[in-house]
Amino acid sequence: MATTYLEAIREGLFEEMDRDPNVFLLGEDIGIYGGAFKVTAGMLDRYGPRRIVDTPISESAIVGAAIGASFMGLRPVAEMQFADFISCGFDQIVNFAAKCRYRWNAPAPMVVRAPCGGGIHGGPYHSQQNEAWFAHTPGLKVVLPATARDAKGLIKSAVRDNDPVIFFEHKALYRRVKEDLPQGDYTVPLGKANIHREGRHLSVITYSAMVHVADEAASIVAKEGLSVEVIDLRTLTPLDEDTILASVRKTSKAIVFHEATLTGGFGGEIAARITEKAFEYLDGPVMRLAAPDTPVPFSPTLEEAYLPNVDKLVAKIRQLAAY
Amino acid sequence: MAAVKLEALTRHDASQSPEADLARKALTYMTMMREVEERIERRLYRQGKVLGGVYVGRGQEAIPVGAGLAARPDDVLFPSHRDLALYLMRGVTPGQIFAQYMGRVGGLTRGRDGNMHMGDLSKGLVAIISAMAASVPVAAGAAMALKYQGRDQIVMVFFGDGATSRGDWHEGINLAAVQKAPLVLFCNNNQYAYSTPLDKQMACANVADRAPGYGIPAEIVDGNDPLAIYEAGRRGADHARMGLGPYLIECKTFRMTGHSAHDPADYVPKQLFEEWSQQCPIVRLEKRMIEEGWATSQEIAQLHERIRLETDQAIEWAEQSPYPDPSTLELDVYETKG
Ligand SMILES: Cc1ncc(C[n+]2csc(CCOP(=O)(O)OP(=O)(O)O)c2C)c(N)n1
Repeated sequence: MATTYLEAIREGLFEEMDRDPNVFLLGEDIGIYGGAFKVTAGMLDRYGPRRIVDTPISESAIVGAAIGASFMGLRPVAEMQFADFISCGFDQIVNFAAKCRYRWNAPAPMVVRAPCGGGIHGGPYHSQQNEAWFAHTPGLKVVLPATARDAKGLIKSAVRDNDPVIFFEHKALYRRVKEDLPQGDYTVPLGKANIHREGRHLSVITYSAMVHVADEAASIVAKEGLSVEVIDLRTLTPLDEDTILASVRKTSKAIVFHEATLTGGFGGEIAARITEKAFEYLDGPVMRLAAPDTPVPFSPTLEEAYLPNVDKLVAKIRQLAAY
Repeated sequence: MAAVKLEALTRHDASQSPEADLARKALTYMTMMREVEERIERRLYRQGKVLGGVYVGRGQEAIPVGAGLAARPDDVLFPSHRDLALYLMRGVTPGQIFAQYMGRVGGLTRGRDGNMHMGDLSKGLVAIISAMAASVPVAAGAAMALKYQGRDQIVMVFFGDGATSRGDWHEGINLAAVQKAPLVLFCNNNQYAYSTPLDKQMACANVADRAPGYGIPAEIVDGNDPLAIYEAGRRGADHARMGLGPYLIECKTFRMTGHSAHDPADYVPKQLFEEWSQQCPIVRLEKRMIEEGWATSQEIAQLHERIRLETDQAIEWAEQSPYPDPSTLELDVYETKG
């Protein structure tokens, strides 16, 4: 039976909690209510309030408490109700968790789960894709699964990882994306990109929900004889530069594609690395497709104009292919 | 003759009491802290041998010392930037502290961070970050973890009056209170946060007044009396260890320096310094120890001399410690590089 992206995360958490008694969850409304998106539904019944901790509305304390618990040998998984509220816990993440191993040899193995992304008419405060803030902070790992299989395998790796991991779950994928999962205890390693779709003429390097948009766009241009390779990065930190460069060296053309806003987005970093390290293979400029530099608007017409989509990507692919 | 003998005997007895023992420990650590910080602030910093910011706890030594004596050796401590004695009490050496300030490999952070930003989990010492009060939620989480694990250790966290204005302070206490986490909170209310006096920091009279808002008990103690702080610390620790949740102790004291070594503190009325100089916790304790027959003035003089010598040696040790090799720059950002 096919498992949704959301169920896959839940299964991963169940398995890790069964495996390791040090794993516990904390966050707002994650217990009796099962979380705003029901990712943790059923957890309270199974593990009780000792391991499923409903907290006050205190993102900074949620993250801080996770750090403190990790110092004592636990493996906390903290839930932000929306990635948009992670900014309330920002200092604890970027100044405490990210730096303690480097400063004084005190690792903080913990996961902060953050439901991110637009396309659900959430408006400016329930739609953000703010991974770049964390990818810019040494000491953090940044994970953004696109598929159900990866969602489960990556959450399990994140829980087992000995560094703090920010785990961005795309809300629009929660129930829309599903597939049959491998049997048994599997993990997907952090730092390994996936060639989501093989192609010869052009590489689209992307992650999270945009992987599916890229796949659709690739199917459309395939009918025009254009063979597009879709690279799903899966994690921004660590970054699988080898897979990116190998793809670009093969296709000679690259579009870096993300849902986050353009300026200062992680796409700029990838584009720079490609030009630095595979310049002589390129047959055109490294292009970027991202959201415009605005807050995420609420009204459907505005949000549609804001979000990168299949049409915009197809146009970009044609433009670069024609180079 | 007989009278003299008797006096010697009582003194001997008094000096063997548990109180005398506690007082001697308190005096030793307060004096060590004072001496180490004097060297850092008034010599090494001025000689350019110590880099970066220097924040000392002169006049406030009773707080970390009294609290540290109330802690069990396996309790977890979150010192703030004026709590140097807690490190000494947990066995961090003065040499390591000087090396830390000098950016040498021998410091607790091996040159990765400076001054009081240091910790050692094996000694139950968690490093602050620069942002005031950020340790409070982290300490709350450590306390929750100890409870989760069914251990009977507790956590003690330290901060200044200014830090209690930050959201982290409130979030951390509130979470710990709701979770009944075994956390004892020590405020050094030294009446200034940098240049900002207390009445610009908060509109209530005492930091302790904030506790009822979180449903936790609080008490106010003389922040220049290590034995009083010890007693309060014991009450707080017992409360936390019994599973009754957090306990706040406000220690009223005064910052006998500028905010940091570069700050002449012109904004503090001279008269306040004069008044509080009468309250030096070291002088006060010494006086009491002599009065109570817990120590002789000769013993006290010897203690000072011994600490001065040890401090000299510690500085030499630290100066021998190398600077970190630049090739180590990128190590330890993650468990594995790449
Ligand atoms: C969040 C934050 N803002 C500003 C500072 C700069 N700063 C360092 S110490 C300090 C004053 C702290 O006062 P208090 O908490 O009363 O402690 P004290 O230094 O008096 O012991 C300030 C403003 C800081 N460290 N953290």
